[in-house]
Amino acid sequence: MTGTATDEELERHFEQVIARHDRIEPRDWMPEGYRRTLVRQIAQHAHSEIIGMQPEGNWLTRAPSLRRKAVLLAKVQDEAGHGLYLYSAAETLGVSRAELVEKLLTGKQKYSSIFNYPTLSYADVGTIGWLVDGAAICNQVPLCRTSYGPYGRAMIRVCKEESFHQRQGFELLMTMMRGTDEQRAMVQESVDRFWWPALMMFGPPDDDSPNTAQSMAWGIKRDTNDELRQKFVDMTVPQAEVLGVTLPDPGLVWNEERGHHDFTQPDWEELRAVIGGEGPCNAQRLAHRQRAHDEGAWVREAATAYAAKQRLHEQHEQQERHEQEATG
Amino acid sequence: MTASQGEWPLYEVFVRGKRGLNHVHVGSLHAADDASAVRNARDVYTRRNEGVSIWVVRADAITASSPDEKDPLFAPAGDKVYRHPTFYAVPDDVPHM
Repeated sequence: MTGTATDEELERHFEQVIARHDRIEPRDWMPEGYRRTLVRQIAQHAHSEIIGMQPEGNWLTRAPSLRRKAVLLAKVQDEAGHGLYLYSAAETLGVSRAELVEKLLTGKQKYSSIFNYPTLSYADVGTIGWLVDGAAICNQVPLCRTSYGPYGRAMIRVCKEESFHQRQGFELLMTMMRGTDEQRAMVQESVDRFWWPALMMFGPPDDDSPNTAQSMAWGIKRDTNDELRQKFVDMTVPQAEVLGVTLPDPGLVWNEERGHHDFTQPDWEELRAVIGGEGPCNAQRLAHRQRAHDEGAWVREAATAYAAKQRLHEQHEQQERHEQEATG
Repeated sequence: MTASQGEWPLYEVFVRGKRGLNHVHVGSLHAADDASAVRNARDVYTRRNEGVSIWVVRADAITASSPDEKDPLFAPAGDKVYRHPTFYAVPDDVPHM
């Protein structure tokens, strides 16, 4: 390098990279606010994948067939994988894994509000795949083009796998809808419960989302919360028709003029309460995550001890070889 | 926290998608040792036949050109456009070129 770049030069270079829609990579200079925003968003995303294993994991032992059980196991395992991709992406910004885990367990970092709702029937497994993963896909596809390289690359991997999640959910619901009246009622009841929380997954309305403008200027977010919510509703309506379920919103109608569906906003007070820790399952989700972390401690300790022993063993062998060479 | 994950070294993971291709960087993970890094990489990065071979290398063993990805190290390549085939004008009707 010829001379040391000044802060203004570094900032200008950063802005230029963003302006031409190029990617920022871990070793590039970046403004502190950009780094902080990314850590918060990626960590929250990673935590959501990890906590997201619980609502569906709830039904693993009660899946109705071996096929459904294998599918559900694969899906829950994918969520763990997604969490790991995202934790690695966050770590490229200079935070440690232990720090992230600690912030989740102490409630300093959040996860998606949707996972604080219970899964009361097996139909919920299908509804989560269809609506919750469908909403997640709407959110995540544009994030493949996010300005931070490692985050975008993680999202590409995640999106490829989410498509299996959504399709298995839809197929599960279709199967139930072809079944008995009781099964159809189960599906409808499940959709009634998950519709509003699924709409909340995109976050508060734009005029109440203070970080959106800056995140979009930095190319971290590519669309606003309301744009994505609209896209999700438009995408879901024809799918509901194929399934034969009713979306529980009497205000949901096609608006010819706008070329979009009009729909009723979810209860934003409820979202605020759930994020604030008052959802039906907040305490249970965190307690379970803490228990899994504690109960896994001996595995982590054993692996560490084994690795240390192996290293010692290798050192001894090397030493012996050296001594033999010296005396030979 | 005793023996937390934070104490395990970071490994970078490279996967060969299929025979005939290079290993490509796919991400990173923490593991207690080299052998478990390979096993973890298999579970995290190749659940759908994404690879036929995995390399793992401790992140602290990598030497990189830095601090910026746009480094003067790459500058010499910038002014040697004659290294690229498009530098040479050849008539359109020359076959197999």
